[in-house]
Amino acid sequence: MSDETVVAIKGLTKRFGEKTVVDAVDLEVRRGEIVGFLGPNGSGKTTTIRMICGLLRPDAGEGTALGFDIRTQSERIKREVGYMTQRFSFYEDLTIRENLDFVARLYALPDRRRAVDATLDRLGLKTRQNQLAGALSGGWKQRLALAASIMHAPKVLLLDEPTAGVDPLARREFWDEIHALAEDGLTVLVSTHYMDEAERCHRIVYIAYGRIVARGTVGEVIAQSGLSTYVVTGREVAAVARAVRGAPGVAQVALFGSALHVVGTDDGLLGAAVDAAAEGRDVTTARGETSLEDVFIRLMDVARADDPSNRPEAAA
Amino acid sequence: MSAAHARRTAADFVSASRIAALMVKEMIQMRRDRLTFAMIIGVPILQLVLFGYAINMDPKRLPTLVVAADNGPVVRTVLAGMQASGYFDVRVGLATEREVEAAMAAGTVTYAITFPPGFERDFVRGDRPQLLVEADATDPAATSNALGALQPILESAFRPELVGPLAARAPSALPVDLVVQRRYNPEGITSHNIVPGLLGTILTMTTILMTALALTRERERGTLENLMAMPATPLEIMIGKVVPYIGLGFVQVAVILVCARLLFAVPMAGSFPLLLAATLLFIAANVTLGYTFSTVARTQMQAMQMTFFWFLPSILLSGFMFPFRGMPVWAQWVGEVFPLTHYLRIVRAIMLKGSGLADLAPQIWPLAAFWLAVGTLALLRYRRTLD
Ligand SMILES: Nc1ncnc2c1ncn2[C@@H]1O[C@H](COP(=O)(O)OP(=O)(O)O)[C@@H](O)[C@H]1O
Ligand SMILES: [Mg+2]
Repeated sequence: MSDETVVAIKGLTKRFGEKTVVDAVDLEVRRGEIVGFLGPNGSGKTTTIRMICGLLRPDAGEGTALGFDIRTQSERIKREVGYMTQRFSFYEDLTIRENLDFVARLYALPDRRRAVDATLDRLGLKTRQNQLAGALSGGWKQRLALAASIMHAPKVLLLDEPTAGVDPLARREFWDEIHALAEDGLTVLVSTHYMDEAERCHRIVYIAYGRIVARGTVGEVIAQSGLSTYVVTGREVAAVARAVRGAPGVAQVALFGSALHVVGTDDGLLGAAVDAAAEGRDVTTARGETSLEDVFIRLMDVARADDPSNRPEAAA
Repeated sequence: MSAAHARRTAADFVSASRIAALMVKEMIQMRRDRLTFAMIIGVPILQLVLFGYAINMDPKRLPTLVVAADNGPVVRTVLAGMQASGYFDVRVGLATEREVEAAMAAGTVTYAITFPPGFERDFVRGDRPQLLVEADATDPAATSNALGALQPILESAFRPELVGPLAARAPSALPVDLVVQRRYNPEGITSHNIVPGLLGTILTMTTILMTALALTRERERGTLENLMAMPATPLEIMIGKVVPYIGLGFVQVAVILVCARLLFAVPMAGSFPLLLAATLLFIAANVTLGYTFSTVARTQMQAMQMTFFWFLPSILLSGFMFPFRGMPVWAQWVGEVFPLTHYLRIVRAIMLKGSGLADLAPQIWPLAAFWLAVGTLALLRYRRTLD
């Protein structure tokens, strides 16, 4: 990782009709970094990524990718960037090899055969090279898409929910591959909503309702949230859950197996509420670690309350 | 930003490698799409055979109404000859002109033959009496053969009658004044006229439709986003999409021309290379139009509808369906817009009349202008972004 900024956008805004889908987003990605782009469905991740690679025109804001202006030099950007779309978008009636061959020709790669062979080898696609893409399972399709987006040796990789609908083993292998690529100097911006994937990123950016509401390393984001967590265990956790829900200082109550996580912003109030609910019941309470998921749920709640379109008067 | 970044080279706009990528991909997809491919080959053959044999099919025993004022030996001989030829199913009746008119309009008779009063007498006198044959030519292909047979029938019918003093007239013209009226279709399109017409209409339908679907299919399947994220320019995408369909069009041309030759012996009076060159221009104009449709349409369904909206007036106003000169003037002006109109004239002129390039220039430049116009429109319409 270096200090060289590869993607830099400022105040990026996109409206569809009346709706502001991406609202003044700032984002910086440095060389060799893996940045996780997180947020609930419809929060504007895909739209932001599409603006970076020139597929959508921003309504406001500016940005560069690899030093090229995203508004005027998208043709240049396209050559140096690999983009893996959210939905599988290679040709299902072409084989793996034919798809890669197509991409290699489009990028005018020298020694096309070798480039395709090397890519097939690298992603373990050799034995399936003559299968039609449409006949592949989700994990293999994703591998083909990754192969196709890295074949022209891009400097930046934009991955839009690359592991949606892929089994855990394939996901893990995928992430190992991403890390290997980053070690070779590739810069990666990857959108996801899997928490475990967020933890494999060097840095995360959290977007909700088109606005970035948190950014930093996983530890930083948890710390910034100012949330405290208590874990309640024992026979009567269900009763405790009912009692604390809605109490002052309590933001989230969630059961994980037999453990109850109670999360709040004000440590003092939260402690008092948990103690009051546990009073006289067969449970033990302890301070716990706040998880990234707790933070994200909190961020979503706050963002929803802030979003003008979700206010009651706006709805009326 | 360095100067190298700002400078653009020719390869930024058109790259052979990128066009090849798109063309190869399109051709593989075409080959895998068996059903469509079978249609491309099958439809022209089917249409040719259907239309073609409707033309050459020699309809026999066509209902024929005879209006005869007198019923002498000459009239009887003529009628017997007609009946014997097999083409006419002669029903002698004492019909009036009004009844003939009504039967024709209702389509219950195909021919009406009128022997005027005094026919027998005039014939014997050698006055070449009129013999009026009215034919329902709404389906000219069906009636023309029978009409063609009429002359020899009459000749052989009259020959035995011409004995004695009348024999002197034998080598001369027919002893009657045969008046043939092709009703409803003054131009009397012939079989050789229709096969070239089919060439134009089949090409119009398939080439426009195939290309109109080409880009909308990518949009519907989501592959367009990927394509747009890769470094292909709108011009390259257009060329890469359109050229394979030009090739496909020529496969159809080959099928149609071979069939036209083998099955119907359609002549080739003019230059074959000229025909191919004109066909290339015509197909190019059509596939480019199809491509323009696909830049406008959001879905394959819309692309298909647009194709049909274009196809219908094309066949109606181009002179394929109705004689061009028979249309109202405004319709003729509209008809001039369609490539099919010009192509039909070109093909008929080359194949049947043997016309050369100079004769055809007035039909060629409208095709070229049309092509340029839709090509420009397609490039302007092409969306570089997903907005
Ligand atoms: N082409 C479009 N036209 C109109 N609305 C759109 C379009 N694309 C996305 N949206 C809307 O913009 C919002 C953000 O979408 P998206 O960027 O796909 O979110 P995410 O990728 O985070 O799930 C959604 O509400 C979506 O419905
Ligand atoms: Mg998305």
